[in-house]
Amino acid sequence: MASEAKRPIGLFRNLAAKIAAIPMILTALVVFLGGTLWTVTYSFTNSKLLPRADFVGFDQYERLWATERWQVSIENLMIYGLCSLVFSFIIGFVLAALMDQKIRFENTFRTIILYPFALSFIVTGLVWQWLLNPDLGIQNVIRSLGFTNFDFNPLYNPDIVIYGVLIAGLWQGTGLVMVLMLAGLRGIDGDIWKAARVDGIPMWKTYLFIVIPMMRPVFITTLVIIASGIVRLYDLIVAQTSGGPGISSEVPAKYVYDYMFQGQNLGQGFAASTMMLLAVAIVIIPWAMLEFGGKKRV
Amino acid sequence: MSDPGILAVTKAGTDPVRAQLDGPSGTRPRRLISRRNIFLYGTLILVSLYYLLPLYVMIVTSLKGMPEIRMGNIFAPPVEITFEPWVKAWSEACTGLNCDGLSRGFWNSVRITVPSVILSIAIASVNGYALANWRFKGADIFFTILIFGAFIPYQVMLYPIVILLREMGLYGTLWGLVLVHSVFGMPILTLLFRNYFTSLPEELFKAARVDGAGFWGIYFQIMLPMSLPIFVVAMILQVTGIWNDFLFGVVYTKPEYYPMTVQLNNIVNSVQGVKEYNVNMAATILTGLVPLVIYFVSGRLFVRGIAAGAVKG
Amino acid sequence: MTDANRKSVEIKNLDLNFGAVKVLRNLNLDVYEGEFLVLLGSSGCGKSTLLNCIAGLLEITEGQIWIKGTNVTWAEPSARGIGMVFQSYALYPQMTVEGNMSFGLKNARVPKPQIKERVARAAEVLQIEPLLKRKPSALSGGQRQRVAIGRALVRDVDVFLFDEPLSNLDAKLRADLRVELKQLHHRLKNTMIYVTHDQVEAMTLASRIAIMKDGMIQQLASPEEIYSRPANLYVADFIGSPAMNLVKGTVSGNRFTSGALSIPLDGYDFTRPAKGEAWFGIRPEHILVGDDARTGDAVLDLEAEVVEPLGSDTLILTSLNGGRFWLRTDGQTRIRSGDHITVGLRTADASLFDTGDEARL
Repeated sequence: MASEAKRPIGLFRNLAAKIAAIPMILTALVVFLGGTLWTVTYSFTNSKLLPRADFVGFDQYERLWATERWQVSIENLMIYGLCSLVFSFIIGFVLAALMDQKIRFENTFRTIILYPFALSFIVTGLVWQWLLNPDLGIQNVIRSLGFTNFDFNPLYNPDIVIYGVLIAGLWQGTGLVMVLMLAGLRGIDGDIWKAARVDGIPMWKTYLFIVIPMMRPVFITTLVIIASGIVRLYDLIVAQTSGGPGISSEVPAKYVYDYMFQGQNLGQGFAASTMMLLAVAIVIIPWAMLEFGGKKRV
Repeated sequence: MSDPGILAVTKAGTDPVRAQLDGPSGTRPRRLISRRNIFLYGTLILVSLYYLLPLYVMIVTSLKGMPEIRMGNIFAPPVEITFEPWVKAWSEACTGLNCDGLSRGFWNSVRITVPSVILSIAIASVNGYALANWRFKGADIFFTILIFGAFIPYQVMLYPIVILLREMGLYGTLWGLVLVHSVFGMPILTLLFRNYFTSLPEELFKAARVDGAGFWGIYFQIMLPMSLPIFVVAMILQVTGIWNDFLFGVVYTKPEYYPMTVQLNNIVNSVQGVKEYNVNMAATILTGLVPLVIYFVSGRLFVRGIAAGAVKG
Repeated sequence: MTDANRKSVEIKNLDLNFGAVKVLRNLNLDVYEGEFLVLLGSSGCGKSTLLNCIAGLLEITEGQIWIKGTNVTWAEPSARGIGMVFQSYALYPQMTVEGNMSFGLKNARVPKPQIKERVARAAEVLQIEPLLKRKPSALSGGQRQRVAIGRALVRDVDVFLFDEPLSNLDAKLRADLRVELKQLHHRLKNTMIYVTHDQVEAMTLASRIAIMKDGMIQQLASPEEIYSRPANLYVADFIGSPAMNLVKGTVSGNRFTSGALSIPLDGYDFTRPAKGEAWFGIRPEHILVGDDARTGDAVLDLEAEVVEPLGSDTLILTSLNGGRFWLRTDGQTRIRSGDHITVGLRTADASLFDTGDEARL
């Protein structure tokens, strides 16, 4: 009986794995969960330069929604987000479908379309700032070709500045959508195509009625990834327009940063970031319910 | 049920008459220039040109002198090639605080990226391994929080991390930023490694346990040598991600430690002085160079890395 | 060959639950020294799970596991004195054959010269000496499995565990390695516990077979016993291909009757007194056809519906009382579909099962 192993009990069972997981546990609990709860809690205080536990209810939120800059930010994010989703999905899917036609040089085309994604938003923003420069950029080139009335100056026009940012954002992000869609298309059983061909179904119909419905999970995952990236939109704005002209291209993430670290108005920053969290939650929670709620039954 | 022999005889009998077949025979002719191909390749080439245009403009602008830029057309190739903007961007450009160019930011970025990549991959690979092979009670809960954390806007956690770093005495230091990168790299990397280690045959792990290897023994002797590709993928993901970061660099470091992206933005968007577009574009290329080189060299692995986020856990 | 007195592996009242799912239920099993025990069952019956429990790769919920008189219930896999061979071979891809075989010994801090000696000996036994410096990727499936067996062999242990080791091989190789495994067992005389879903492997290799279903052992007996005296309906149906013919009917006055079939049960070895509804089972190969048919205890006239010539023998599908009834006869038979044939059944070959608890009568 002496040689029997002792039963490793409770906490000490599988100890090495638990020790190895400490960084993960700390990150999950302290930073992600703790940090989020802390920010949400302090969004109900009137913290200014330093966080103060002086609770004022929804004051910060009322002030937030009454601020013109926040209203503009939200409007911009909605326009940018919606357009960005629609266009990157349509363009990304069409490109992926074209790439899936057993073409030559597939690697070359994919490399070219995806490379902007490897760049920093700062780089992207600055390049497009230069391309859209009204005096020396694209507008100037086309005017010099004889179209003197040609007008394409989004970065200095408050009404359309967000579309100027959108062009840059799409240039950077569409490649990612294409790659994800292409992976989805490649994941479809090749026999589907054979069956459709034998049945004489035209290609566009096969895509529309068979392939796209089959790719639902890919669409949803891509949507979640792209959407949560859109909410974070910050670097691009900073580099391309700095929020201008005036406040016409402000976005929520920039609002948060400016109030927290420049305006010394922490409470506003916390409230604004909590609103961002809420926006993401609206996207994520239904997705998680769909994804993991379904899994539980199996 | 008929005699199977009869079928076999008729089948074999068709072969000898092959030479006398009328009508279509052999490979169907296919034209290289069909309407389908013109449309297909035409579209792809146009799209490719659109995607390449900004890179081209960056390069030609950075090689022109300012007078040429003011006179001409941004798409025109340089008449007189000059590397002066590059030199200036690297060593003389001003950020408003100092005028020693991007080189300072470059070295800061190197000093931030290298330890961040090593630390984040080391932590995440061990985490992923523990989650895949040594599941313990509650592990899935932490993992779920971690994955959800990847979707929480960074802005929500910015300030609490400032407090944490200040408490640890790391606020404003390079190591503080390294820690932040490791923390925010953890969800995607842990997912990447967990999925990879789960995909390895479980029997291999069992065999190693029967052979008496423990947690670290299996990790270092069995798992690591089998996982080089995924480590490369993780490295690509992290180097580009951390190099391209702007927000954390600006929030958690002092100006003297600003990474390259922050410094680039300060150089280009500083309001002082005359705009030198050629220097700006040279600086922009310089900043984008590291991730671009990694991208073009790594090819498929980069794609695998970004697709990892889309793979379900 | 088996030492009936010395127990090698004992499993006592073992329970294993995954959450609410009971995978193994109050399982008791004694394996004797030198025995070749096969755990047989369809997928999901818990046979591999049981093997993993013995190896210590799964934590059990209740009960005990003893190996060589030591309670190893909570011991690490490597401390249990077992070697294990896996279905996918589970060779470490980055190590050579030699490295694979010596990894366990290195972990156990066995001195280098001894490792070399043991590896060489195992390699000789398995005839893989020329492969020692190769990587697993440069080996064929059969060679890989030999190396995997070698890895277990070098550990110098008393108990070998095999988890479907031949399933990944093609049919011919599987048959070859099966013979080699049997020869190996004859030579080494170790205790071997072998999991498979292949009844041919089980019948050919085993000293005893444990047939499992739903986490419980249905019957534990020699292959002959399991084949000729299945303990219950499940075992009867599981062993044999095509499966045992089963006819539902009634037992009364020492006679089994069901429609056209009526057979005396005088020669039947009852395990318990029986009366009323019962299953009558007889294997296709035990049905007398042709000249012998008249010697049976019951004689029937059946119509051949489908004839399947397999070369060595021929399967004939007929129907009896509306159910399928298979016969196996020699390969030279002249019977064609549609023919009427006379068949004979012998009581001594039959099995009877209760319709209620499905146990042998």
